Amino acid sequence: MTSEVVLTGEHFINGDEACAEGALVAGCRFFGGYPITPATEVAETMAKRLPAVGGVFIQMEDEIASIAAVLGAAWGGAKAMTATSGPGFSLMMENIGLGVITETPCVIVNIQRGGPSTGLPTLCSQGDMMQARWGSHGHYEIIAISPSSPQEMFNFTIRAFNLAETFRIPVLVMADEVVGHTLERVTIPPVEEIEVVNRKKPTESPETYLPYKTDGSSIPVLPDAGDGYKIHVTGLTHDERGYPGMDAKTQDTMMTHLIQKIRKNRNRILDYEGYFLDKADIVIVTYGSSVRPALRAMRVLREDGIPVGLLKLNTVWPFAEDLIRKLAKNVEAFVVPEVNFGQISLEVERCSSGKALTHLISHAGGGIHTPQQVVEGIKEALRLLGRGRTKR
Amino acid sequence: MKQKANVEPHRHPKDELLREARMPHIWCPGCGIGSAVSAAITTLRKMGTDYDDLAIVSGIGCTGRVAGYLNLDSFHTTHGRAIPFATGLKLAKPELTVFVFSGDGDLFSIGGNHFLHAARRNIDITVFCVNNMNYGMTGGQVSANTPTGAITTTTPKGNTEIPLNLPSVAAACGAVYVARWLSVDVRRLSQSFHEALIKPGFSFVEVIAPCPTAFGRRNRLGAALQMTKLYKENSVIRNGVHPDETVIEEGKKIVLGKFVDIQRPTFLEGLSATSQLKGTMWPIKEAIVNK
Repeated sequence: MTSEVVLTGEHFINGDEACAEGALVAGCRFFGGYPITPATEVAETMAKRLPAVGGVFIQMEDEIASIAAVLGAAWGGAKAMTATSGPGFSLMMENIGLGVITETPCVIVNIQRGGPSTGLPTLCSQGDMMQARWGSHGHYEIIAISPSSPQEMFNFTIRAFNLAETFRIPVLVMADEVVGHTLERVTIPPVEEIEVVNRKKPTESPETYLPYKTDGSSIPVLPDAGDGYKIHVTGLTHDERGYPGMDAKTQDTMMTHLIQKIRKNRNRILDYEGYFLDKADIVIVTYGSSVRPALRAMRVLREDGIPVGLLKLNTVWPFAEDLIRKLAKNVEAFVVPEVNFGQISLEVERCSSGKALTHLISHAGGGIHTPQQVVEGIKEALRLLGRGRTKR
Repeated sequence: MKQKANVEPHRHPKDELLREARMPHIWCPGCGIGSAVSAAITTLRKMGTDYDDLAIVSGIGCTGRVAGYLNLDSFHTTHGRAIPFATGLKLAKPELTVFVFSGDGDLFSIGGNHFLHAARRNIDITVFCVNNMNYGMTGGQVSANTPTGAITTTTPKGNTEIPLNLPSVAAACGAVYVARWLSVDVRRLSQSFHEALIKPGFSFVEVIAPCPTAFGRRNRLGAALQMTKLYKENSVIRNGVHPDETVIEEGKKIVLGKFVDIQRPTFLEGLSATSQLKGTMWPIKEAIVNK
């Protein structure tokens, strides 16, 4: 196996493999995981590649152990990752919360499959989008990104690590089985064209250093274990020393910080692509494997003179609230094709606050929408609006 | 008029490893965790390892609070998951001496699976388990280590299950060092902690500790001092016996001692060996078979 980290060039690989290559380029040197369809190829690629580039791969005993090991490795200074699918994602939830409260940078990849329970192990769904947002107990903010192709599996996994390092938070890569298993061309650029962010390390003397103090930037600068700072890292509510504080005031200070570090930085985190947004009465809001059929549907309808635009969400959490609010003033309807029965569409509906119709095109999973189904969904939205009536 | 003494408040030599700002601790009077921590501090001061190269990981519960009181890089993780967290930490930074300090409920009830696999893999960490035979933090419920017949709040008529015998479990899973001592015997405990910490591979020390508040009271084992004496008088040191002969049950003395002290390659040593074999050990086996 090659000891080269960045395999610059053209590759014919699937989304899972592209994800692993992206992680390596981003500097990931620890992978703790557990086999699960359809995410196994991420682990298999890491098992082959990591030892050759000086990293550690370990197959843990379950997904709870996997995420716990990832958090431990992150505090050992490694960029660390795990990859899983629905059932494993459920098992990881408690420790994702530990990662959030302790501000531990790491990446968790979920190649979504049909659920609930064992569901459809080998087939696609987007049923975990709200679980990604709210799955761990307590109120928190999270970052989740949504690749729609193997190339984006590569690119967005790098971004996931960069976001994790910047904001000191677990970042979720919410892919799905179709994206993970699509086999196509992935271009790995030269190393100098790839931006890689590394976590900041404290320079203050250990005597005066307060680990969870956040001056200005709202992101604490934390050391690794062994750096001489003798930090305490706890899943209990803690103060800026990192010490537990069992009272409402400490909770308020810590929670406000954890929420605001994401909310205040929303514009640095958000990433999306718009198609004809200023020339559209209907906007398809889409992410993941739904993007390709949605783009096709948009083109088909525009050829027929129906003013359809498309918003591709590259980040799903935090949600692009302001953008949807702004668009809602100018469009008639949002159409949301999702391989679930309404998750991101609920957010679109919330943000459009009745100013535009939100129309869900649901899919139970096991496949993705055909372009024709998206076209039909948009026509249904037009019927609901009263055909031909537009704001412009 | 009395003159104010102008001297520094007297510091105990062990204070250097305690987070004084976090005192007083949460443990009840007579709890065995305190003496286990004291023994650990004695060990760490003697060992000579730079304190910056030590890391402690705890789970949840009374013993889970140990991490928060030791002035080291310390991690207070989720319930039952201290061992996999420590595994990741150790593998990412092998130069650290990583030890887990947690209780029987945390390590063996909710977290039992992780113990089995870390021991089997021979991850180079040390696990100290304070076994107080119940869930103390939540007020005294049955744990995987509650003796048969014992009264707890969730076994009001007596525990009908048998407890796990921790030295047997550890040895069966491949731990390279296995010992059991009483929390009150800080000299032997400290010596054992030392041996475990410097031992390459997965080492395990069980600390039998009184929990007078939650466990002793309900089982009429007396107040803290009586309970401590009871454990002392009803125990026997038998170094080197087979771990299966150390089962704790009524009418038998608690067997203490060092039961396992062996060598085998650690997880990381195994990894580096296979990477020198260019990725696989199977060709070697095939070569042997084909002879």
